[in-house]
Amino acid sequence: MLELNHIHKYYNAGTVNEMCLFEDFSLAIEDGQFVSVVGSNGSGKTSMLNLICGSIPLDAGSIRIGGKDITSMPEYKRQRRIGRVYQNPAMGTCPSMTILENMSLADNKGKPFNLRLGTNRQRIDGYREQLRSLGLGLEDKMNVKVGVLSGGQRQAMALLMSTMTPIEFLILDEHTAALDPKTAEIIMELTDQIVREKHLTTIMVTHNLRYAVEYGDRLLMMHQGKAVIDKAGEEKKAVLIEDILEKFNEISIECGN
Amino acid sequence: MSIVIGVLEEGLIYGIMALGLYITYRILDFPDLSVDGTFPMGAAVTAMLILKGVHPAATLFLSFGAGVLAGCITGIIHVKFKVRDLLSGIIMMTALYSVNLRIAGKSNVPIFSKETIFENAFLQERVPASLQPWLITIILLVIVIVCKVLLDLYLKTRSGYLLRAVGDNEVLVTSLAKDKGMVKIIGLALSNGFVALSGCVYCQQKGFFEISTGTGTMVMGLASVIIGTKLFGRLGWVKTTTAVILGTIVYKACVSIAIAFGLAASDLKLITAALFLVILVLSNRKERKVKVHA
Repeated sequence: MLELNHIHKYYNAGTVNEMCLFEDFSLAIEDGQFVSVVGSNGSGKTSMLNLICGSIPLDAGSIRIGGKDITSMPEYKRQRRIGRVYQNPAMGTCPSMTILENMSLADNKGKPFNLRLGTNRQRIDGYREQLRSLGLGLEDKMNVKVGVLSGGQRQAMALLMSTMTPIEFLILDEHTAALDPKTAEIIMELTDQIVREKHLTTIMVTHNLRYAVEYGDRLLMMHQGKAVIDKAGEEKKAVLIEDILEKFNEISIECGN
Repeated sequence: MSIVIGVLEEGLIYGIMALGLYITYRILDFPDLSVDGTFPMGAAVTAMLILKGVHPAATLFLSFGAGVLAGCITGIIHVKFKVRDLLSGIIMMTALYSVNLRIAGKSNVPIFSKETIFENAFLQERVPASLQPWLITIILLVIVIVCKVLLDLYLKTRSGYLLRAVGDNEVLVTSLAKDKGMVKIIGLALSNGFVALSGCVYCQQKGFFEISTGTGTMVMGLASVIIGTKLFGRLGWVKTTTAVILGTIVYKACVSIAIAFGLAASDLKLITAALFLVILVLSNRKERKVKVHA
């Protein structure tokens, strides 16, 4: 169970530009739940992910995982149980290192980074098998630098790398937004497959309403730091894209757009 | 002939330093000015230890250790106190000037009369006279190759992978549940270790410690790294570490050509700066051309 309890977050606190994003925001996500999050720009979707991962500090409130308070745990320590894929495909891989080296790096997550050989030769076949499952032909390019791969290929690798070692949470931050429709589709299917296989608690922020409706078993719509739609289970299955669009329009009118 | 030997000797001595700068500048993407202080620091430690009667070979390790310590401090200033990279280096460089004077006792310490790794009873007995002119070059070559191979091996370890990753994509290092600040500190420590080792070898080869030898170390090192990676880096079979060492030798050759054309030794720093500027401008232009074609 991941819990956000009474979160307060202000940007530019103490200046004339002070902006309140979250005011007493609470959210609980059960283990194994796949949550899709939609919402307009500036509604707090990515900030919520950043708060969970510890990339930005919160002003008040607490975050708990399985009952344990992690509010003051530094970002890198939290990442041990979290896998994260970013919107920018370049964020999840190292461009100047080869595919093999990148896979080895990801495989060593959670182990001590000591003076043992970076690439374990016995694992190479395993890496090749995992890359083959992507169906992008990357298994034949093990010694190619990741920098020359396309955005879609890199994002597929980033997804693979972030879920390679045992993790509990998968955080997807608009991870298909920078990809062409066909590649986005492939990545999305792959995501679903990995989440189901590994039973990961997943939070996916997306601007693609169809993905939000089609995938996941809980739908969250954020607006001005609040969840204006929160549907899970059977209720979620009944949600149509039109319903969300309608809510979007409603919100836009409220804001005067 | 003596000019060639001179270029090789200087190139190899500074090659060790360039290996250190390769770590910070190319791998970590950190412009580390503290090397201007750690180079003479290596020399100061060496002069002091040799005068105290420590075995010359032991000074290699001890000065490396001193450099590691200084690098750690630069790293801590940058990572823990969040001082900008360039400033952390400048702070360290300034502080080290006084520290070096404290270590050595005064600004110029000769060790001519003492045994060094290049001149000692052991070598004099065993090395034939015909090899004597090349002796220093051979010893330097051995040290440089050992350093290069060790660095290559390190970069293949898990820790080395992480070091390469942090300069490439800090976010990924955090995603791997590792403290990127710690990785940077390790990188700076290693780099300054190499630079101090270079200063140690320099001191033993020249036979003295001089406080001003450090000025321009960073500029010289960067020039060498850039020449090396631009000239030899494109050849697939040349490792970047080898390219960097070759770059230093080419750089030293350019300087000695400039001096052969009538510039005085006192113009050295001016030549260093001018040469660096030329290299920077040339390498920028080349990159731009490639982009236009692409």
